[in-house]
Amino acid sequence: MPNYRIHKTEYIDETKRVSFKYDGKTYFGCEGDTLASALLANGIHLVGRSFKYHRPRGIVSCGAEEPNAICQIGNKKDLTEPNVRATELELYEGLEASSQNCWPNVKFDIGGINNFISPLIPAGFYYKTFMWPKSFWKKVYEPLIRLSAGLGKSPTEPDPDIYDHKHVHYDVLVIGGGISGIIAAKMAAKNNLKTLLVDDKKILGGSTIYQNNEAIKIDNKLSNEWLKNEIQEIKKLSNLTIKTRTSIAAYHGYNFLLAKENLTDHLPEEKKKNKIRQRLWKIRAKKVIIATGSIERPLVFNNNDRPGILLSNSINKYLDYYGVSCGENIILFTNNDSAYETSISLHKKGIKNLIVDLRKSARSELIKQAESLGIKIYFNYVVTNTFGYRKINSLEIMKLSEDGNTTVGNKIKLSCDCLGMSGGWTPMVHMHTQSGGKLNFRDDDQVFLPKENSEDQISVGSCNGDFDLENIIDKTVNKINKFLDIDNQDYQDTNIICSKENDKRNIWLLPNKIPLGKTKCFIDFQNDSTAKDIKLALKEGFRSIEHVKRYTTTGMATDQGKLSNMHALGIIADTAGVKMGTLGTTTFRPPFTPLTFGTLVGRNVGKFFEVVRKTSMHEWHVENNAEFENVGQWKRPWYYPKNGENMHDAVQRESKAARDSAGILDASTLGKIDIQGTDASEFLNRVYTNAWSKLEVGKCRYGLMLNEDGMVYDDGVTTRISENHYLMTTTTGGAANVLSKLEDYLQTEWPELDVYLTSVTDHYSTASICGPNSKKILNKLFPNLDLSDENFPHMSFKEDKLENINCRIMRISFTGEQSYEINIESKYGHSLWKMCIEAGKEFNLTHYGTETMHLLRAEKGFIIVGQDTDGTMTPSDLQMDWIVSKKKFDFIGKRSLYRSDTIREDRKQLVGLLTDDPKEILEEGAQIVSDVKSKPIDMLGHVTSSYFSPNLNKSIALAVVRSGKTMKGQKLIIPMENKNINVTVSDTIFLDKENKRLNA
Amino acid sequence: MFLINCPFCGERDQSEFSSGGEAHIVRPKQPTELSDDEWAEYLFMRKNIKGIQFERWNHAHGCRKWFNVVRDTSNDKILSVYKMGEKPPVNYK
Ligand SMILES: [Zn+2]
Repeated sequence: MPNYRIHKTEYIDETKRVSFKYDGKTYFGCEGDTLASALLANGIHLVGRSFKYHRPRGIVSCGAEEPNAICQIGNKKDLTEPNVRATELELYEGLEASSQNCWPNVKFDIGGINNFISPLIPAGFYYKTFMWPKSFWKKVYEPLIRLSAGLGKSPTEPDPDIYDHKHVHYDVLVIGGGISGIIAAKMAAKNNLKTLLVDDKKILGGSTIYQNNEAIKIDNKLSNEWLKNEIQEIKKLSNLTIKTRTSIAAYHGYNFLLAKENLTDHLPEEKKKNKIRQRLWKIRAKKVIIATGSIERPLVFNNNDRPGILLSNSINKYLDYYGVSCGENIILFTNNDSAYETSISLHKKGIKNLIVDLRKSARSELIKQAESLGIKIYFNYVVTNTFGYRKINSLEIMKLSEDGNTTVGNKIKLSCDCLGMSGGWTPMVHMHTQSGGKLNFRDDDQVFLPKENSEDQISVGSCNGDFDLENIIDKTVNKINKFLDIDNQDYQDTNIICSKENDKRNIWLLPNKIPLGKTKCFIDFQNDSTAKDIKLALKEGFRSIEHVKRYTTTGMATDQGKLSNMHALGIIADTAGVKMGTLGTTTFRPPFTPLTFGTLVGRNVGKFFEVVRKTSMHEWHVENNAEFENVGQWKRPWYYPKNGENMHDAVQRESKAARDSAGILDASTLGKIDIQGTDASEFLNRVYTNAWSKLEVGKCRYGLMLNEDGMVYDDGVTTRISENHYLMTTTTGGAANVLSKLEDYLQTEWPELDVYLTSVTDHYSTASICGPNSKKILNKLFPNLDLSDENFPHMSFKEDKLENINCRIMRISFTGEQSYEINIESKYGHSLWKMCIEAGKEFNLTHYGTETMHLLRAEKGFIIVGQDTDGTMTPSDLQMDWIVSKKKFDFIGKRSLYRSDTIREDRKQLVGLLTDDPKEILEEGAQIVSDVKSKPIDMLGHVTSSYFSPNLNKSIALAVVRSGKTMKGQKLIIPMENKNINVTVSDTIFLDKENKRLNA
Repeated sequence: MFLINCPFCGERDQSEFSSGGEAHIVRPKQPTELSDDEWAEYLFMRKNIKGIQFERWNHAHGCRKWFNVVRDTSNDKILSVYKMGEKPPVNYK
């Protein structure tokens, strides 16, 4: 097995061998490796197949920008993870990874397939497929899409890992632990500011930590030596927190940032167990210093995507940090000085290399150094083609014309086994723009830079476009002193020597003698889009960068175009003849690198996913076989199937029992608001449509609450407990909103009212007993209470004791039966319920759920707010004009009741519906029409509630129908998929119109 | 995610608050005397300014108090907070 690890470095422990599997085969790396560096040490460049054209692809970079080396980690159903960048994944014993996009496998050569499909998938492929002949779908598109589908597999079982969230507050957050971030953090922390420094790598130091060129020195030390010393210094600072393996995912307004900390991803399987895998940090920082650095640009030339073609600086990092050489015969293709550092490093380690430089000439310390070492430099040359299928083996270069628009002279063929490219550097302005910052364009080296720094955030170092060390340190120190309003002198006398780049030449799309249509000049490696695609998009009329991006899918892969966006912009600008700065960039959206769902969700999984509210009777319901229904956060018994009953049978039995003898319902979830104060009556007058001042103490009243727009908002019964004390009930789902609305009016419109509101929903449990025998059951529970209709009539309230515990008993009814609601402190709710059940046994007291409750109230034509209403129904629409006071001067929504729209006669109004076939049950939500022949069919309304009534032995329904009030007796039609159902409009009250049962 | 300085509790995360729309819209004292248009003006019409806007916020998961906020909607900066019933600061127009 080849070994490309050619020297020792302090970051790799060669004595600690780590075995791992890649595509099923076992390899060895060393402690300190990433998966990418370990693969390269084994001579493996080829890591996948390209998305559209199925071309072999290799590792390109050493960081978050990696477009090709995307892996699937693990193969367990619950723990496999797609989209992991091999360049960021730290190697651990037992790691199993596979290349993600490589059907059927990475080395398998599907021969002519590229040639077959490539002309068929130009820019806009996905859009064009919808316009081409239908017959193409089956034969061409579908197989194609299937072929390119499957970018990674999702786990199919729940994630067993633990994730965590943490909220923190800091004076200063520094993003990025490179040289400028370290300086900034030190200055802040030494000035007594509570500081957090985060870096996504395992260790601090950025790219300076392996920089070892003699031309670059700080205080007479190699820059990496100097920086290591600084890192030792900052580790001693007590008010500085350093978080490595932590990357900022999103930068929101108000300096609120999300960071992901990797805690166990680098550990072997057995050490991961029972530990938190990843933690999401929710950071609030008074000031944020962005020091995220820059990433190297590729160059766009023909066949620039072969395995073995990497970014030049990545070759340098693999060599000087990981001790791995990417080849034995390397060519560096550049338009700037940074590749010379790589070249000199390679040369020092004895690796043969030469440089192809776009520039006509260049003078700087680094270039002098390279020349003096005898490194061959081709100035004013351009790479025009590369060769080699699974790995590059040679390339062609040609001289550039004076204007750089074309090539001249003869081709020179050079052999190589690795090509490093450097198209300059792109400052990472993601954080700056995410925070709302704007960008400027610097023509000099064609970079977008943070425009203005606010008082809350600042960019320093190479993400601010400062590239040489002297600039970086001096500017960082000055800016931080100003930004933090401090006067730090630590770097006053720092002596910096560095090589200054003097010559620049940038060509976004490199010239070639071959027509563009016949080249493969890749811009976005991950989505396989080429310069040709961009040009085609422009030719087809696309101009906006946002449109070109979507049409060509450039920059839309998981790497979000970190390597490709600038080239796409540059080529658009050149082609359209506009200045790049005026084009603007596409939007940089969070997250910077993909986040796991686990990290976002944290601990809120399983039973912590959502709050569940249970009544104090809940356990009894469970024991008695209840099926539950979610009402808001509440779990309410829906029905109680007995002996294998289905829902329909259970509800029919429960409903019949409640009217024949007695039924009991857990009504604890109804919202309860305690209202006290000398103006409580006046307050109720203003919030309900009906009058409240004359309600006697000890009496109850039903109220309808409107929105200011006149639409029904909530309803419920309110009891006058004493002169200045009421207990309001609301719908279960509306309780919180009603309280908020009432508080709003009290605090903002009527602060002069002496009223206090307290939510007491959870304080009391409620058992509601109804039916002809309810009085007898109450008598058993409260033998001393006079239950006669004279003493305790319908809509009144009494207090009594149940074994010394105070109870509030309301005689109110939502079923139309004689009915009592017993309220008791919640802690006694369970006992109350059991006592009721016990007392009711001889009367066949039947526990019923919400479905039966709905059925019983529908028989009586009582509405359910939210079911029979939808925020567009006035009291009059509901045929409830009787509840709207004509005398009251004002109440919420009153004025809206006679707006021109609310008095329209043809509004949708609540009616009853009876099916011609009494056994036919309508579907709730079904549309209602009068004529199915005329097209389009005129929709008159819809069914809101529908049941089979066991007490009437027929189907009943409530519906809202246009002008419904005037339609009683009319025939209408409910058109269903396979039949039309004939119905007749009826009254909304189906049972006991005279209310005889209430006092039976 | 705003950091809102509740006049009763101090700085708290936005997730504790709910927004109540435009501030200083007073409910008419005698709605019955208003024309449909006048009532619609109160009921439906809101400014939705790009720039400095006066808004109502409620510390729903805190003290439950309503208060007013001056916010520049173009950059989401909160320029001032003040209690219900207090006069809006005059230096923002
Ligand atoms: Zn508060």
